[in-house]
Amino acid sequence: MEHGAKSRYEIPVLIAVVTLTLVIYVARHAEWFGYLQLSAGLSLILMLLVAGSLIWILIRTLDGNPAGRRMVFLYVAVAVVLPLSMQLTQKIEVTPEVNQLYRGLQALPHGAKVLATFDYDPGSAAELQPMAETFFKYAFDRGFKVIIMGLWPQGPAQANMALTKVLSEERYKVKSLRYGVDYVNLGFQSGNEFVIQRMGGEFKSMFPTDYNGTPYDSLPIIRNVKNFSNIDYSFNLSAGYPGTKEWVLVGVDQFGFKMGAGNTAVQTTGMYPYLRSGQLIGILGGMSGAAEFEEITKYRGKGTKFMLSQSFSHVVVVVFIIIGNVAYIMFERGRATEKKKKA
Amino acid sequence: MRRDIPLLITGIAGVVFIVQYFIPHFPFNRFSNWFSDWFSIVAACAIWLGALNLFKLSLEKIHARREGWGYAVITIVCFLLMTVVGFSEGRDYSKVGTGFDWLYNYVYSPLSSTMFAILAFFVASASYRAFRARNFEATLLLIAAFLVMLGRVPIGDLLSGFMPPGMRLSQLATWIMQFPNTAGQRAILIGISLGIVSSSLRLILGIERSYLGGD
Amino acid sequence: MESGLMHHVALWLAAFLTLGIFSFLYRDNTWYKVCEAIFVGISAGYWFVAYFWDNLYTKFWVGVWVTPMADRPDDWYVLYVGAALGILMLLRLVPKVGWISRWPLAFIVGATAGLYLVTYFASNVMLQIEDTVRPIFGAENDAPIYEIIGNIVVAVGTFTGLIYFFFSKEHRGAFGRAAKVGIFFLMITFGASFGYTVMSRMSLLIGRMDFLFSDWLKLIK
Repeated sequence: MEHGAKSRYEIPVLIAVVTLTLVIYVARHAEWFGYLQLSAGLSLILMLLVAGSLIWILIRTLDGNPAGRRMVFLYVAVAVVLPLSMQLTQKIEVTPEVNQLYRGLQALPHGAKVLATFDYDPGSAAELQPMAETFFKYAFDRGFKVIIMGLWPQGPAQANMALTKVLSEERYKVKSLRYGVDYVNLGFQSGNEFVIQRMGGEFKSMFPTDYNGTPYDSLPIIRNVKNFSNIDYSFNLSAGYPGTKEWVLVGVDQFGFKMGAGNTAVQTTGMYPYLRSGQLIGILGGMSGAAEFEEITKYRGKGTKFMLSQSFSHVVVVVFIIIGNVAYIMFERGRATEKKKKA
Repeated sequence: MRRDIPLLITGIAGVVFIVQYFIPHFPFNRFSNWFSDWFSIVAACAIWLGALNLFKLSLEKIHARREGWGYAVITIVCFLLMTVVGFSEGRDYSKVGTGFDWLYNYVYSPLSSTMFAILAFFVASASYRAFRARNFEATLLLIAAFLVMLGRVPIGDLLSGFMPPGMRLSQLATWIMQFPNTAGQRAILIGISLGIVSSSLRLILGIERSYLGGD
Repeated sequence: MESGLMHHVALWLAAFLTLGIFSFLYRDNTWYKVCEAIFVGISAGYWFVAYFWDNLYTKFWVGVWVTPMADRPDDWYVLYVGAALGILMLLRLVPKVGWISRWPLAFIVGATAGLYLVTYFASNVMLQIEDTVRPIFGAENDAPIYEIIGNIVVAVGTFTGLIYFFFSKEHRGAFGRAAKVGIFFLMITFGASFGYTVMSRMSLLIGRMDFLFSDWLKLIK
């Protein structure tokens, strides 16, 4: 069916889907049945089925009948959703750049002051939120004093989300961590790199109050923090501009503090020159970086959980590219043979 | 006055930030602090300008009953809802549990993240249809993409487990990222930066004036 | 997290909006457009409020009004200049005097140009070049072979990549061949970027699917 064309089955299918969804919702929330969990054996069978159907797509493509957009969409959805319920485990290898970041954190003493900068919005939360949660867990276990801020207006809200989740865990409840003493959220300030520039002189000038409006000087954790010289380490989570690059250019290179970063995968490749030159101490790149960070710190969370889906979706994209290229090569060969015949 | 004063302002602001980099002492540090504070406030007003402009354009659309004016009504209602809730909460508008926080978590967050999430489907579809090894350069691109895509997920090592140590997909991906990728990114970085440096100089010296618009 | 009815309302609302955006994959439709309009309105409102409380109030109003005089820095009054520039910026909404918004715009452009000129040159040009020409065999001549090859690759790749970007000279002869090598490095770089882009997009999709199947439908643990 052409993309955009209407079908007479649309309304009945929609009604059926909505009804089914309602039934599942009620049944699951009332716990009439358990979670959907696919055993290793069943997972293997499903994977073979998907692989088989991809061969069918290859044959169709070679016949000059390539898969439509919606077919590709369906495969991507299946590759992402099915693994979420599969009971398979994977070995996560920690890359040198994640290891470097971890070593940087490990070298910090108990009570070190860490500036955690949240420069992202919900659009990138799937990649960066697991990193934020792992970082908080590690920081609280090591007794770091965490100072949170953001150059994106949504950043401090994302930090609050991660904090709420981490602090609701029993392990951290018993620690009785106190706001303003063990951690503080300074909130967001506009001005991009100029905020960093100004903070080089005085934090308070950019954050006269914290995120909730409490005056800077009345918060014990930051009372003696004048500028970057009172910070032991900076951990930046970034999804674009302003973000890691601006922190490196204006912060690290001008004021000389140490910084490690967690980036969306899209942005990560561009940060490698800074990593090699030592302007950055370690980097967590995308979901795999989050999973590796969880692996090395032993706080396994969503990053680890999602890696199976990540693996499958990558394989599906690779297979689709291979199918497209096989068809292209065959088609080109066919054309070349035809030309020869004509000649 | 309409052109000369802005050119003067640009020149002064630019020179102050250049000088304070080399002489971070009085009076340049003070000027740079002032300018950073002003920048922060002006940037906030620029965002306000954008939001108010959206409001104005949406109202005009509704008034003229242009195509899709119903959606403009929804936009305005949502804009007003968020602002009324946000302003009525006071300074701690974003505290966990406020109405603003609720709207952020259950309206803004799902919409924002799903907008980016649907790109996954289009990336896959476009790769299938257009990513072709047409020549040597494109083949290099394709191979690097394959190695990184498979090497950065655990399944890569599973598929290349038979390879000798150092040649597994994760290790190859790491090598590509640390060396050829760094080299390419560095070349791009230096190239772009030199461009930015020269453009900045043109702006400060008043040679580049296009940002001032016409008349 | 809310409990009771509000929790269910919140989940259904978030799911309704998520699926509304996903419905675009089937085709452009009213549900999607409604969600899009909500997104635009809510985003604009969010930014409007956040910039007011976190900046205009916290930075300006607290600075010139709320903070006791004794606690203020000696140059607190200069914040009024920032506010004045901000108001000039907002005057762009008034067509007759809109031209005056060029002043704050000129300030933004000038300040950014000044800061970028020095920081980009120092960090992205000088420091990057310095790191590219590091000792190939390591500082102590003890680098492993993996590192030695890597150092050569980085030096050659950066240099030839820059040659490719140099368009003032025709790419012919030895210069052209070097530019060709530069293209190869850039292609590998773009390939790596593509791989990471796929990873990024898939991650975001996984995040939304996790919400639908785990938080909303509770089908998956």
